[in-house]
Amino acid sequence: MQRGLWLLLAQVLAVPLFAQSEASDLEALKAAVAQAQSSGDNAWMLTCTALVLLMTGPGLALFYGGLVRRKNVLATMMQSFVMMALATVLWAVVGYSLAFGTGSPVIGSLDYFMLNGVGGEPSGYAGTIPHQTFMLFQMMFAIITPALISGAFAERMKFSAMLLFMTLWSFVIYYPMAHMVWGDGGLLNAFTGGAIPCYDFAGGTVVHITSGVSALVCAIYLGKRLGYGTEPMKPHNLVISTIGACLLWVGWFGFNAGSALSAGAGASSAFVATQLGAATATLGWLVMEWLQMGKPSILGAISGAVAGLVVITPAAGFVSPAAAMVMGFVGGAFCYFMVVKVKSMLGYDDSLDAFGIHGAGGTLGAILTGVFASHAVNDGLPEAAGLLDGNGGQVVNQILGSLVAWVLAIVGTLIILKICDITIGLRVPTDHEIDGLDLTQHGEEGYSLEA
Amino acid sequence: MKKIEAVLQPFKMEEVKEALKAIGVTGMTITEVRGHGRQKGHKEVYRGQEYQVDLLPKVKLELVVPDGLLEEVVQAISAAARTGKIGDGKIFVFEVAEAIRVRNDDRGDEAL
Repeated sequence: MQRGLWLLLAQVLAVPLFAQSEASDLEALKAAVAQAQSSGDNAWMLTCTALVLLMTGPGLALFYGGLVRRKNVLATMMQSFVMMALATVLWAVVGYSLAFGTGSPVIGSLDYFMLNGVGGEPSGYAGTIPHQTFMLFQMMFAIITPALISGAFAERMKFSAMLLFMTLWSFVIYYPMAHMVWGDGGLLNAFTGGAIPCYDFAGGTVVHITSGVSALVCAIYLGKRLGYGTEPMKPHNLVISTIGACLLWVGWFGFNAGSALSAGAGASSAFVATQLGAATATLGWLVMEWLQMGKPSILGAISGAVAGLVVITPAAGFVSPAAAMVMGFVGGAFCYFMVVKVKSMLGYDDSLDAFGIHGAGGTLGAILTGVFASHAVNDGLPEAAGLLDGNGGQVVNQILGSLVAWVLAIVGTLIILKICDITIGLRVPTDHEIDGLDLTQHGEEGYSLEA
Repeated sequence: MKKIEAVLQPFKMEEVKEALKAIGVTGMTITEVRGHGRQKGHKEVYRGQEYQVDLLPKVKLELVVPDGLLEEVVQAISAAARTGKIGDGKIFVFEVAEAIRVRNDDRGDEAL
């Protein structure tokens, strides 16, 4: 960009002296520079937007799809895929407005109803990209967050009930939470004077704690799958799960580095932390598994990678490479413990471990962000950002912020489940569960022997 | 006529096929199956959940031969499929009442 600037300068200086005054030349120069930055930032942000969509489909769809039994593979993939349609429409109609419109500390407004007023001019949220790009980038987060929950009720929930659940969940939990953390004047927004200033770079609290904790509530409320603990429920295809996890990893660069909202050094910093966090978490999980189970598994490796990506999400862009490596390793080992030990101790059937990875990893990441956030890494933070910067109070803020997300997720999800239960009924009938959701909910099968 | 049904280790199938070809057997049917005899299965672990897998992949070989060829065929299969370890499989022999070639209604040994 500097080279372009010199070229522009040379051009401007070459303009004959009878042109306008120096002051207006300078204005033209500034406008040209702003235009160049805007083009660069916008190109990056549109790319990141597409990458985040890639995380839901095919990333999450494949990851979850391979973990269920073959009779439920399509129904499980459908739960992710349909969110790409449903959450998009909700977001355009009123979701974006409720999350990012200027309103109260807990919810936005109806200013942007039907995307009214969301156009090519930049918004207050990101000064160098069109408002539409920002809206679109955030839309992809509103798609994947509820889709993550589907891991907890896989293989037993009615499709119709799931649609109602996801719709209500977006309104009751996602839009308020996104507004509180990222919205103008939000309760937890550290950068617009929120009462509890929380650091959440790319959505550890907004995305992973909310979806993970809601997943736990769903798993407990719905009850175990038929035959859980007595019948084998092995993943039917770890090959597609592995492909899905790889796509999640790649898409996560859009998620985290894109959350810099520009194409500068902040994006690079977040990118570095993301890659390092995923890498050390993979190793952390594998080490634990190898020591305890005797064999390192591919399912362990991909679960560890996703856990690391979750843990680093709130911190990417705020922490140093060394801190990212520590967070990843600790996160991988911690999520292993939650998924392998705690789940079987407590006995709930979180089919695909949405809580053990997203809820547990998200909470750990939020708290560790308060420890490692550093002014030296991101000068948008105060001089003393996190605990290691000398601001121990930030850890308390992070815990309080996480608590708000936990309480909202538990209470909100319970109410929504009750509503869905009374109106539609949550679980498929027993014989449908035995036959599989692919046939009974969708009238198809994933692998046809006759075809 | 006798029907031979043999459940064998999948990785031995190629050798068995070659051995049968060498003694002039012209037709057979093979199915991928799962099962176990005295062989123990193995343990699989997914995110800490342990599964004991008892039914192991095997190949089932079926063929019908004239009475005179029976002993030679059984010997060929048994020799080719043997590793000497548990899990090598079993061979069963049945009487066959009739055989009919669909193409031209040949009957008995002619149809084989």
